[in-house]
Amino acid sequence: MIEVKHLTKRYGGHTAVCDLSFTIGDGQIYGFLGPNGAGKSTTMNIMTGCLAATSGEVTVCGHDIFEESLQAKRLIGYLPEQPPLYLDRTPREYLGFVGRAKGLSGQELHRQVEHVMSVTQISDMADRLIKHLSKGYKQRVGIAQALLGDPKIIILDEPTVGLDPRQIIEIRDLIKRLGQTHTVILSSHILSEVQAVCQTILIISKGKLVACDTPENLEKLFTGTTTVELTVEAQEAEAADILRGVGHVTGLRAEDAGQGQCRLILDTDLGDGDAVCRELFFAFSRAERPILRMNTTRASLEDIFLELTAAQTAGDLKKKEADEA
Amino acid sequence: MRAVFRHELSSYFSNVTGYVFGAFLLLFTGIYTMAYNLRSALTNFEYVLGNMSFIFLIIVPILTMKVIAEERRQKTDQLLYSLPLTMTRVVLGKYAALLVMLLIPMGIISLYPILLSAFGNVYLPASFSALIGFFFLGAALIAIGVFLSSITESQAVAAGICFVVMLVNYFISDLASYVSSSAFASFAAFTAAIAVLGLIFRLMTKSGFASLVLMALLEFCLLVGYILKSSAFQGLFPKIMEQLSLFDRFYQFVDGIFDLRAIVYFLTVIALFLFLSVQSLEKRRWSE
Repeated sequence: MIEVKHLTKRYGGHTAVCDLSFTIGDGQIYGFLGPNGAGKSTTMNIMTGCLAATSGEVTVCGHDIFEESLQAKRLIGYLPEQPPLYLDRTPREYLGFVGRAKGLSGQELHRQVEHVMSVTQISDMADRLIKHLSKGYKQRVGIAQALLGDPKIIILDEPTVGLDPRQIIEIRDLIKRLGQTHTVILSSHILSEVQAVCQTILIISKGKLVACDTPENLEKLFTGTTTVELTVEAQEAEAADILRGVGHVTGLRAEDAGQGQCRLILDTDLGDGDAVCRELFFAFSRAERPILRMNTTRASLEDIFLELTAAQTAGDLKKKEADEA
Repeated sequence: MRAVFRHELSSYFSNVTGYVFGAFLLLFTGIYTMAYNLRSALTNFEYVLGNMSFIFLIIVPILTMKVIAEERRQKTDQLLYSLPLTMTRVVLGKYAALLVMLLIPMGIISLYPILLSAFGNVYLPASFSALIGFFFLGAALIAIGVFLSSITESQAVAAGICFVVMLVNYFISDLASYVSSSAFASFAAFTAAIAVLGLIFRLMTKSGFASLVLMALLEFCLLVGYILKSSAFQGLFPKIMEQLSLFDRFYQFVDGIFDLRAIVYFLTVIALFLFLSVQSLEKRRWSE
């Protein structure tokens, strides 16, 4: 379990992470999502003890990452953004070094090295020099390194960047399998990836946490506004009258579609699209105005992501304007 | 620490630097042994070591340039930071591997006086005292090289700075004789040294204000000292320069003096620069 409290990191005048607080529980896959330069890597570097925070604290299973760094680091396997590989070594030698540095030796070291190589499917490349491996294999050697010593928490910074689509799928499957036995935290600026793999998403923008929930809840939270698009056989005014009797309608755009029909776009504050449709159906049937077409749309996670990160930017802009005024 | 030691040692054998270092050391010892002991028929092996100590100027930068700089460039330092290792252990592990790289050719070289003694009257205690001095000199220079490698990302820059630092150290006692021994000259030289120190401090901390305060403070102390007792400044700067020379300490061993104070001096230099290397690694965690 990782607890991050009021984390702030400044580089000179630039604030990369600003008062970030969150808790990572056990046995799930967490995704850090944010546009480039949002502070994901900085946060991960601080969580793994590679970087010192300007203020705030990080505890890993009760061990402060700076006060009790050795105990804390034993619980974490970390793959930085750029896999830290010694290019003139073979994966086997490299993993041997990392394993020894993590306190393994003898039979146990040998067993674990073989194990992580088979998990990451690099056994075939075990005795080639790392510099001769493809990007995908290098990435896997990096992941294998993080798995050594059987840490409880595995932190992967952008594990699929620069890989081809097949390799991306393989790495994602690997991460999903790891998620069954470990707590995995990964970062990405690609939404579909986080959506496909993670059980909890933390959206970070400009060094701040803007949302933290499951993908479904996030969708629900922000699609509390189901949008219904329908075509009815009625005049605009008539339709507006009928809709007055329907609850949860927060917005209405209507346009004449000709031939005595009109097209309506409704915003509702109800997340459950079916309930809205049902209510609309009965309202219009009571007025004997047939619904010809009806269609609900929910905002996708992508919209939410854009909205959240853009809202942040817009908020900042407004604040800046206010400051200047 | 053992993991780092093992890893470093095997990396010296898996690329050329380790072999180049050993080969150069053995080649020059061979040439000088030929010249002094075989051709000139001197029985003093210590002269060989005394005259070839400049070889460190070339081989120490080769050996140490990449030790930390390369980790930075390849971003493998992130691995070291994330592993459950303290930076002290990382530096000690790396340094121990470097010492082994020095010890291997030294082990071979230490056979030379024994071989020579079969054909002439070699005073072995003097030879071995010089060998020990030579080893400590190399160990101290390597510690300096490790530190210089830790302050930059580029091997070439590390090697360049390392060479210059060692060159200055090699000639420092000669340079000292050019500095006037008058009290005012010492005062002026100290002022210049403070300016250089301030500049280095400015480069390392990127804080112009702090370095100005430091310089002003040091200059004030210097001025007070100079006004109160200017006679103490007579010849002080050249004297300090001479004290800084690592090579001069080693020449005592060549002259047949096994000077424990020199050993302590070398050990102090080693400890200081390894400590600075650890600090340099730790610092990056804060300012990266």
